[in-house]
Amino acid sequence: MTVDFLYWAGCPSHPEARELLEEVLRGRGVDVPIHVREVRTQEEAQELGFPGSPTIRVDGRDVDPAGENEPPSLSCRIYNLPNGRVSPVPTREQIEEALR
Amino acid sequence: MSLTMATEAPHFELPGVDGRDHSLDDYADIPVLAIVWSCNHCPYVQGWEGRMKAIQRDYGDRGFRLVAISSNDATSHPADSFDEMKARAEAQGFNFDYLYDEDQSVARRYGPERTPEVFLFDADRRLVYHGAIDDNRDEDAVGQHYLRDAIEALLEAREPPVRETPPVGCTVKWKQ
Repeated sequence: MTVDFLYWAGCPSHPEARELLEEVLRGRGVDVPIHVREVRTQEEAQELGFPGSPTIRVDGRDVDPAGENEPPSLSCRIYNLPNGRVSPVPTREQIEEALR
Repeated sequence: MSLTMATEAPHFELPGVDGRDHSLDDYADIPVLAIVWSCNHCPYVQGWEGRMKAIQRDYGDRGFRLVAISSNDATSHPADSFDEMKARAEAQGFNFDYLYDEDQSVARRYGPERTPEVFLFDADRRLVYHGAIDDNRDEDAVGQHYLRDAIEALLEAREPPVRETPPVGCTVKWKQ
């Protein structure tokens, strides 16, 4: 299993998202390294298909497929929550679902 | 560099999503004025929009107005274009003025770094509170209602209990 964590430092949500990811991995007993990549330029965002920060991929699959095709951009990513609200980080459930 | 405490609000005259131009002078008879740097695309702003509407609703008839300004570069962030601002204000039923600072000159005078970021002014238009709306992006986890507390204080002729907090949100998208 590969886990990629892509982020842009201009958005403050990445520490919270990474902590959540690590917590979920620990909770499920998944002992794999997290490949962390800081996206610094719009060119890198284009090259990586980075739809916003943070973006988490498990075996190349985005934890939120609904948002993976947003235009590549150095911006905070929007995650839509089941309760109709939005969040700058994915939900625990989205990460867990991606790990199944 | 953001405005420092007690600084007078810099003048502005900007187009609003309602099709009218709005200047600082238009709000001269409003005792408590919050200018909030905002935008469309940011999840932090979207998470706080409901609270912005609630604050305007709760204090609007007590001498308070909230004015949102977006200065974001719509070239790099098309979701923040003036047309998109109009569409979002309509879709979300904004009960506050939403203004477009296309050339970013007003942002350069106020110095916001994030969206959302609050500049609260008293009746003399001196800055009395600067920073976050409250202490949590998650509405259900809010413990400190900085903006509400500051508005209440001003309406009761008291000093805001907290004068400055770090704004949390997306960066203002400056033109390159």
